[in-house]
Amino acid sequence: MNTIAFTIVAIFTLTFALAAATNPRLMHAALSFAVMFLAIAASFFLLGAEFVGLVQVFVYVGAVAVLIVFTILLTRRDAEKARGFNWSGVVIAIAVFAGLVWAIMKSASVSVAPSVIKALTVKQIGVALMGSYVWPLLCVGVLLTAALIGALILVIEDKRQ
Amino acid sequence: MARSVDQIFIHAKEWLLSPLAGRAPDWVIQITSSLINIAAVLGVFLTLFALISVLERKILGRMQNRYGPNRVGPFGLLQPVADGIKMLIKEDIVPARADKVVHFLAPIVVAAAAILALGVIPYGRNMTPFVIDGGILFFFAVGSTTELAVFMAGWGSNNKFSMLGAMRAIAQMISYELPLIITVLPVVMVVGSLNPDKIVFAQKYYSFGFVPHWFVLTPWGATAFILFFVSGLVESNRTPFDVPEGESEIVAGHMTEYSGFKYATFFMAEYLGMFAVSGLAVTLFLGGWRAPLPWLAFIPSYAWFFAKLSVLLFVFIWIRGTLPRIRVDQMMNFAWKFMLPMAFTCLVSAAVWHYAGRRLSGWLWSFAVVALVYLALSLFLDTRKKFTPRTYRFAE
Repeated sequence: MNTIAFTIVAIFTLTFALAAATNPRLMHAALSFAVMFLAIAASFFLLGAEFVGLVQVFVYVGAVAVLIVFTILLTRRDAEKARGFNWSGVVIAIAVFAGLVWAIMKSASVSVAPSVIKALTVKQIGVALMGSYVWPLLCVGVLLTAALIGALILVIEDKRQ
Repeated sequence: MARSVDQIFIHAKEWLLSPLAGRAPDWVIQITSSLINIAAVLGVFLTLFALISVLERKILGRMQNRYGPNRVGPFGLLQPVADGIKMLIKEDIVPARADKVVHFLAPIVVAAAAILALGVIPYGRNMTPFVIDGGILFFFAVGSTTELAVFMAGWGSNNKFSMLGAMRAIAQMISYELPLIITVLPVVMVVGSLNPDKIVFAQKYYSFGFVPHWFVLTPWGATAFILFFVSGLVESNRTPFDVPEGESEIVAGHMTEYSGFKYATFFMAEYLGMFAVSGLAVTLFLGGWRAPLPWLAFIPSYAWFFAKLSVLLFVFIWIRGTLPRIRVDQMMNFAWKFMLPMAFTCLVSAAVWHYAGRRLSGWLWSFAVVALVYLALSLFLDTRKKFTPRTYRFAE
């Protein structure tokens, strides 16, 4: 049952990822990218990571995809035009993929036999974030606040000119 | 007796599933059970949509000193049937230069998101269609996909009014999503769970035997409820925040190039979104399906839920009949300069209420925090502007 579901989700993810990479029309590529984010969320749900799956939909489909689409709209006048296929991108993608596979295979957690996966509740994740991982969380918060203030300053200076 | 009336729909579902029990494999029963839930949600809310579309016109008519629809059926109640037939037989126009696929998919995605959001709300005792631990998060996750769908509608139509409307819609949705979500956080903090059923359960007690422990009756809860309701108005594109489809400026915004049944789907999604936001407001702040007084608990839980929902929907219509549309810049200033600071204040105020012991003293301290920030904001923002000649930046 789970294997069938995983196969379907995997096919979906790969299809839309390929579509996002190869579709000549930029806006269609961006929308395929959003569907791929949804498929990744589905695979999180299959793994029982409910919270991560929901955050995936919330952040990636709700915010990142909208951001990408807006960036295309506001910066590129030739969004309608077909673009050529870029082989250097393929090389970089393969290099990044190989690097990630190498790093994952090297890590200690892969060589340990998988234990029985227990679905985490949202509360457990919250307690972990606020307990043992509170410093990384605060650092991310400071970073994001700095980025937000930076964006505001850019806009204010733009207005004065 | 009261118990069995309360659980009548649960028993009905069990009766429907009983022929399958023991014969079919588990997954067939699970899927059938989900399908029954989906059919129930769709049936109830599409009926409510038909009803509210005629009631809204009647109520608006009454507020504007006219009759409203009264020709089709008794009291005009069959008006939605006539409207539905009209929408179905209209020609479906797709502009020649539109992006056909995106143009077609946009209304479907909008409607799907609104229906999914309705799934996690507890409509009565044991009556949550889709039980999930992070229900509140699910609600906002599917709600956030609406933005992409609105963009698809605007961009796919290849029309300047559509694009402008979509830009405005996304700008206001992103701005008001912050107060919408931050005002939910105090409730989640106080209850300690993202599960809507647990949030309703946390509001079940009564002080002195008649004051319900609804969160709207605490200072932070009342503030959060008002902010949540205003943000809900914006998220469902209702007057006075219907800037994205302001018909006097940009025709119908992102819906300009849609006709017939696709337009009806957008219209339906807007109302379903309104039901979803009101339903969540009832769950979070108004005690969900709980009775307001302990001796009224014999009335079935779903009746209480829909009674509270109707009151909120009436306020939606009332506001539409009362307030004019506001300008885009006014709306943005309101979101970032007033709504957001007040939403953060709710968080602090809820924390004060919790650590002061959730008693009368905590109530007063929490009220003091809200009042202080409100006064400071009203002084700082200089809301009492003098009457001066208006200056226009973009027009003579």
